[in-house]
Parts: sequence; structure tokens; C-alpha cells
Amino acid sequence: MQDFIQNIDYMQLLYCFITGGIICVIGQILIDKTKLTPARILVIFVTVGAILGGLGIYQYLVKFAGYGATVPLTGFGYNLAKGAKEAVDQYGFVGAFIGGTKAAAGGIAAAVFFGYIASLISKPKMKKQ
Amino acid sequence: MEKIGNQTIKFNSPPTILNTASIVGPKESQGPLSKYFDKCLEDEFWGEETWEKAESKIIKETVNTVISKSGIPTNDIDYCFAGDLLNQCISSSFGLRELNIPFLGLFGACSTFVEGMIMASIFAESNAGNNCLCAASSHFCSAEKQFRFPLELGNQRPPTSQWTVTGAGAAIISKTGVGPFITHATVGKIVDMGIKDSNNMGAAMAPAALDTLITHFKDTGRNPSYYDAIITGDLGHIGKEILIELAQTKGYNIKSNYNDCGVLIFDKNSQDTHSGGSGCACCGSVFSGYLFNQLKDKKLKKILLIATGALTNATTAQQGESIPGIAHAVSIEI
Amino acid sequence: MDPLETQSQYQNYVNKKSPNSPIFKNCFNAFWVGGLICSIGQIIGEVCKYNGLDIQLSGTIVSIILIGLSAFLTALNIFNKIGKFAGAGSLVPITGFANSIVSPAMEYKSEGYVMGVGAKMFTVAGPVLVFGISSSILVGIIYFILT
Repeated sequence: MQDFIQNIDYMQLLYCFITGGIICVIGQILIDKTKLTPARILVIFVTVGAILGGLGIYQYLVKFAGYGATVPLTGFGYNLAKGAKEAVDQYGFVGAFIGGTKAAAGGIAAAVFFGYIASLISKPKMKKQ
Repeated sequence: MEKIGNQTIKFNSPPTILNTASIVGPKESQGPLSKYFDKCLEDEFWGEETWEKAESKIIKETVNTVISKSGIPTNDIDYCFAGDLLNQCISSSFGLRELNIPFLGLFGACSTFVEGMIMASIFAESNAGNNCLCAASSHFCSAEKQFRFPLELGNQRPPTSQWTVTGAGAAIISKTGVGPFITHATVGKIVDMGIKDSNNMGAAMAPAALDTLITHFKDTGRNPSYYDAIITGDLGHIGKEILIELAQTKGYNIKSNYNDCGVLIFDKNSQDTHSGGSGCACCGSVFSGYLFNQLKDKKLKKILLIATGALTNATTAQQGESIPGIAHAVSIEI
Repeated sequence: MDPLETQSQYQNYVNKKSPNSPIFKNCFNAFWVGGLICSIGQIIGEVCKYNGLDIQLSGTIVSIILIGLSAFLTALNIFNKIGKFAGAGSLVPITGFANSIVSPAMEYKSEGYVMGVGAKMFTVAGPVLVFGISSSILVGIIYFILT
């Protein structure tokens, strides 16, 4: 345990915190200034991430910030694009259709599964505020 | 009954509001008007399985309460006018299906309560019946589900947004009685000033309220100071301010005796309801609870109640359509 | 001047009368909550790395754990309170994606498990998958043509 704590790269953690925070602030400014709905914000972030991933730009941010760049939805888009490119390298043209979803499979499956479980065990409640 | 001016009905033998009833949800019960409501619920489901069933139960129990308070046997109520916000007005039709009173469903969005009062008054004065019932309901959770987002979605509400009132109001209007009387009714026109932001309903409806307000004064020859209080339905804090200013530019000063049900029902600072309350039950419960009580106690003698409605739905909002507003007014005097 | 003369005049008038969102407070909350969620991801990732997992698998595990946490908090009726406080801070990370799937699933449970939960689950997050997957396919095709 002590060994693990000594092994954490604290500078990396700081970059992660700051980068993740800044990406969220961009989203907040979009919400407050443009009145976009949550669904649209998420779509914009995922598409921008996929485009930047496709152009090979986003990987530098991932190298710099680690999970600070991959946990926000731009990272989800980046992951999809990266998966598609890697699968094209491996399978050729058909890889474009395989790679993206394959790379994001864990996240999508988890969200669907946990969503279903949550609906079984819980009910919506009135917001108190 | 006769038509005066452009849009106003003058009741020559004014019908009486015999009695009223109101039931509200837990949040409204914590608001400044809680002591005036007949029943305050402790949870939004009220023992039901769905929000829709809960809302139906609220309007049903409100109607049962007003019937028992009035002391009239159910058989002697000739018509029931009711409406709500859910698609095809299912809260009222499902809630009132066992009532056994001839039923006419209404949709006037949040203006439904006053629309019902106008219809009930006309039916009562025209000898179509002696006792007419009107009711309207809304529910925060069913309205959020239909018009906005799932309750558990972690989104933020902008400061212009309004809080749909959970509850219902009901009134029995009779041909004869001791008052308060409905003396005039001004039926509003649809007014659309191009507002598209469904989080700013007060601003979308304020021009319709202004139109009805001014038409009422012109048709009746009255002015704002004739009334002890001018009350709009659910313009909220922002819509209220806009209406005061718009009326000012048209030469009517309503600042001193004007208020809004959406402003009255919640405490803005402690309840975090942003621009105030909205929904059919906003006007319905505030009139049936608070305002009727004030009229009975003779603290208010002449009021002009203007219910406002936004005639929109989730589909038109997504298609980028603007929000048409409507407002109907009744003049109530003792 | 009469603000009701034209629709655009009224729109301008309404914009002036409507209060703005407290953007500095919102951005501050979004920054630290968003940063914190990413940092939790980073620490889970470090644990995976420490246990010898490769970066790809670690990334997937981080996503699944954060999605699971978000689903759990949504089911406990807590996530919407976090979202109200943090805004984009909890929406933009993968937690927001999970919440946007779990919240309609819970809401539409009353319409049954097939046409309610099953069909309405994607009312908010569906577009994310449509646009995300479609753009990844486009990226793949363009990449194929260029190489």
C-alpha cells in the first residue's frame, strides 16, 4: 500500500485535475451562455473529441493530463476515433465499423446494464430544491 | 348576460362562487400560503404508483372536498369543467371518471382554472344548470416528465425557470347565492411575441396578460384602482415585473395593487423556486385557498383574476416554434 | 419606446429583464467537481497500472467504475443534487453520460420494462451514441482512404 502511494505521480494527478476541470468549465460556459440542453452539450463534446482524436491532436492532451482528458466525454469521442483507426490498421476498411464501438464497448454496456438494474431497484424522487 | 365592448361578458344576475377547495403538494405546504389550503400532502406520490395517478387522485379528492364543503348533493351539480397539463388532459378525465357529473374537458394550459370559471358562470347564468363545478390540476413531477427531463437527471435550472405547482383547485359556481359574485369575464386572445425559451414562460405569457388586462379596462370602463387586487396566474417574478412595466407604457399603473399567484405561493429565497410557481394548480390553488378566503373575510372586496397560459408542448418546442400565450380574466366582487 | 412593437424588440427587452445564471459560481463549482471526478479516475487508473494492467484495459475499468458509481448515486436520488450544484462538472465527465441513461430508465419504469425502461433509456444519451459512433466511423473511413 505504502509502495503504491509512493508510486503515484502527483504532478500527473495535478495536471489531470486542472485539465478535467477546464474541460468542464468550457461545458458550463456553453450551458450558461447558449441555453443548450444537456443532450446537446454531450453530443458536442463527444463529436469534438472524435474529430480531435481523428486529427491526432487529442492524444497529446491525453499524454499530458491522463484521465483528466479521457474521463470527460471528449475522451469518450477520442476513444471511439482511436479505436476506429486502430481497427482500420488491423482489418482494413471494415475496421472503421468495428473499432469505435469495440473500444467503447465496456462503457456503453456498463451504462445500459447499470441503468436497467437501477430502474429495477429504485424509483425517481421529487427534487427537494 | 350580455357582451360589452370587444371581449367582455357582463353578468346581469351575477353567479356566486359557492365554495372552493384546494389540495397542494409538500413543497407548496412549506410556502407562505400553506395555512389556506384544505389539505397539504406529505409526499408527491400520495400512495400511488405513478405521477399521473397521483395527479388524478389530487384532482379527484379536491373535487370531492369542494362538493362536501358546499353541502350540495352530487346529483345537484349539473356540469363539471376541468383540465390539466398532461397530454389529452388525462389527470382530469381519469381522476373524475367515477364522479357521475356531466363532464366537459378543457385545455387552456395554465389558464384552465379561470377558463373553467368563465364556462361555469355562463352555464349557470344562462339557465343551462344551477350548480357548475370547475377544477384544474398540475403536478411538478408529471409536468417535468412530459415537458422537460427525467427527475433524476443532474441538470441545472436557469434563473428564469418556474416551478410547476403540485396540487389542484376546484370551485362550485351557482346561479344564486350570497357571493362572492362573478360580475365580468374577459376572454383573452392568443398573443405570441416570439419568445422561444421554454425556461422563460413568464416573459412569453406577459404580453397576453397585458392584452387581456387592457381590453378588460377598455370594455368595462374601469381602471386599475377600481380593484383591491389584480392577480395574474403564473407569470412569476420576471413576468410580473415585465407586466408592470408594459402596463406602464400603455398608461396603466398597476404597481400598487398587482400581484401574481406564482410569486405568492413560494418563498423565493428559502425555497429556491427561481422565478416562482407555474401550472394550472398555481392559479387554481392560490385562488381556491388564499384569495377565496380573503374575499370571504371581506379583506378583499373586488379582485380581477387573470389566469395565464402558455399554449405549447414538447414537440413544438423541439421544432423551434415560439410560445403562444393566452390570458382570461374574471372580475370577482362581494 | 414600446417594447411590444416588434418581436425582436420584445426579445431584446426580455433579455434585459431576465437575470443571468451566476456564471462565475457555476464555473468554479464545475471546475473543482469535474477535476475531482477526473482525479478519482486517475487514482483508479494508477491502481490498475500498479497491478500490471495495460493502459487500454485500465481505461475501460476506470470508465466502468465511474459509470457504476454514477448509476448508484442516481439510483439513490443523489446524483441530481450533485448535478444541480456542479452543472457541467458532473455532466461532462463520463458520469453525466451514465446519469443520462439511468435517469430516464428510472423515470419511465412506470411504462413497463420493455417500452418504458428499454425504449426510453436512450432519450437523452441516444444522440451521444449516434453522433459518437457515426463520427468514429467517418474518422475510420477517412483514415482508410488516407493510408
